[in-house]
Amino acid sequence: MLSIKNLHARVEDKEILKGLNLEVKAGEVHAIMGPNGAGKSSLASVLAGRENYEVTEGSVTLDGKDILEMAPEERAREGVFLAFQYPIEIPGVSNINFLKTALNEIRTHRGLDPMTAKEFLQKSKEKQALVEFDAKLVNRSLNEGFSGGEKKRNEIFQLAMLEPKLAILDETDSGLDIDALRIVSRGVNKLRSENNAFILITHYQRLLDYIVPDYVHVLSDGKIVKTGGKELALELEEKGYDWLK
Amino acid sequence: MTTKQLESPLYESLQAQFEIVSLQDQHEATKAYRAQAMETFRALGFPSIKNEEWRFANVLPLVKTTYEVSADKNAQISEDALAQAKALIAAHKEDILPKLKGEEKGAYRLVTINGVFSKELSFLPDNAGITISTIGEAVDHPGYQEYFGKIVTLENNAFASLNSAMFTDGLFIELKANTVLDMPIHIIKVKLASGNALFQPRNLFIVRKNAQMDVIETYISDADNEAAILINGVSEIALEENAHFFHYDIQKGCKNIRKIQRNEAVQQKHSNYSNYTFTFPGSSFTRNNLTIHLNDEAIESHLYGLYLTAGEQLVDNHTEVHHKKPNGESNQLYKGIIMDKSKAVFNGKIYVYEDAQKTNAFQQSNNVLFGEQAMVHAKPQLEIFADDVKCSHGTTIGQLNKEAIFYLKSRGIGEEQAKQLMVKAFAFDVAEKIKIPALRSYVEEMITEEMKGH
Repeated sequence: MLSIKNLHARVEDKEILKGLNLEVKAGEVHAIMGPNGAGKSSLASVLAGRENYEVTEGSVTLDGKDILEMAPEERAREGVFLAFQYPIEIPGVSNINFLKTALNEIRTHRGLDPMTAKEFLQKSKEKQALVEFDAKLVNRSLNEGFSGGEKKRNEIFQLAMLEPKLAILDETDSGLDIDALRIVSRGVNKLRSENNAFILITHYQRLLDYIVPDYVHVLSDGKIVKTGGKELALELEEKGYDWLK
Repeated sequence: MTTKQLESPLYESLQAQFEIVSLQDQHEATKAYRAQAMETFRALGFPSIKNEEWRFANVLPLVKTTYEVSADKNAQISEDALAQAKALIAAHKEDILPKLKGEEKGAYRLVTINGVFSKELSFLPDNAGITISTIGEAVDHPGYQEYFGKIVTLENNAFASLNSAMFTDGLFIELKANTVLDMPIHIIKVKLASGNALFQPRNLFIVRKNAQMDVIETYISDADNEAAILINGVSEIALEENAHFFHYDIQKGCKNIRKIQRNEAVQQKHSNYSNYTFTFPGSSFTRNNLTIHLNDEAIESHLYGLYLTAGEQLVDNHTEVHHKKPNGESNQLYKGIIMDKSKAVFNGKIYVYEDAQKTNAFQQSNNVLFGEQAMVHAKPQLEIFADDVKCSHGTTIGQLNKEAIFYLKSRGIGEEQAKQLMVKAFAFDVAEKIKIPALRSYVEEMITEEMKGH
């Protein structure tokens, strides 16, 4: 599904990704771990198309399509979803209108008719229940006044509504208490399927107790330096990252 | 003349026109008022940009034009004008009135054509509690005698003085005590002109004790018209004890319209005056002066402004709030989205007099620049002479939050639509203050419409 080859990227003059390779197939969950400043969040930003990142070398394809040439909204319509580390508060934009607009843009792109209000509400209710998202929050302004945990759960709710092919969760676990972590993880586990894939970016092994990955990668200094199964996460928790350098 | 005044042929021609207007006026008190106002205007002249109040609003292009001055206060509406006005109103209704839930269900309608009141095109309330007439017909009305000319400040206001000296048309609306109007009155002002024309409407709104009304003002002109139309309007507004007046001024004119409007209100105890001045792309020059006098205790005043500007338009809002007695509350919220090469000005003055203890006065002006060459001048001015008050002001000038736009785009929403959503969100807290749901949705749709292509 996702194929990253020899990816180099920089912000201004600083090279951040230095030849990163990653293959993700449908149905898989990949965890990316690594020390601070290794480039984990930068990878997420480059994949989502954040403006200030410049790709200098390499390629990224999603089901054979080059996504690097696409604007962020086109990537989203093709099926890339980034759950933000710090979701943005946008007062005045209602959560539900925002989602409806986004969903219909994506549906139009896929050649589907826009959803009627009734269909949309039905879907919204189902997904709220699925990911245990409070109905009261759905009707508020986008993330405005949400707690850290509520913001992260809203990301998962959006993920459930938009049904992307590839979801990148950028430190979704950070700042979550154990209950919120459980809820978020349950949501993700319910959304896993044969047709989609997840990349989990995290500092902590803790998340991987709840969402069990197929692969764990260690990102260090802009490259993947080690890949293993879920047991690698435990080893990292015990030994830290220094032994890999 | 000092350098704070402009020399213009218009100034000269107005002097001559004044004689005619004055001769036509049969009402002694009004005639004397006109003469006095003309004196003031003569002394002031048209303000140049050296005049602090007009620093960012250059009226030179406006007063360099010569206009046909409508000096005939007995003007009639011609058959042609009526037909043209009908067509324009039909289009305008298509534009705004369906959203007021079907024209004769959602709002009353009061139409003037070039200032002349058209009964034929109006749909007025059948309520003994309201008096609606032209200002000329109202001279013997006690309300006119009580308030006319006693609210507006002429000192240092050249345009208001000129209006006071030379107005030939306008409306008089009085709501009697304890009358609550069931629907808003929508005043549609149709401006038609074959040549350059100067209009100086003069309105007087009186809301008596315990009465309440909503007024929506809009104006329309022929979009194909090349002739310059200058509107120099003054509205005097009086709210007596416990009166409520929600006053909406929706400004969306054609490019040929230049508008200088002064609304000045006096309020008595427990009254609430809420003004909504929303300006959209169109009119090339708009100057709104809004002045409120809180003349008694426990008064509420709300001033809500929204300006979405485009092209090379100038929109200048000057507000003045005078807190004279204790326990008053005023709240100003002005929001601007400035696009293309347009320019916006916000100047907000709050005066808290020595007696006005326990005053709450707030002012907020937020602006988003939406073009490389867009410009905004924002200036809060507070003068506080009481020592136990809560006053605050805040001014921001910025751009749309790029991170927020990226967030929206990362969910599949296109750039243009993302910006529209953001602008709507920015305008949301002003738009939500509109108490008439249909009008609010109209305003929100207009934002979307005008944002297209930007």
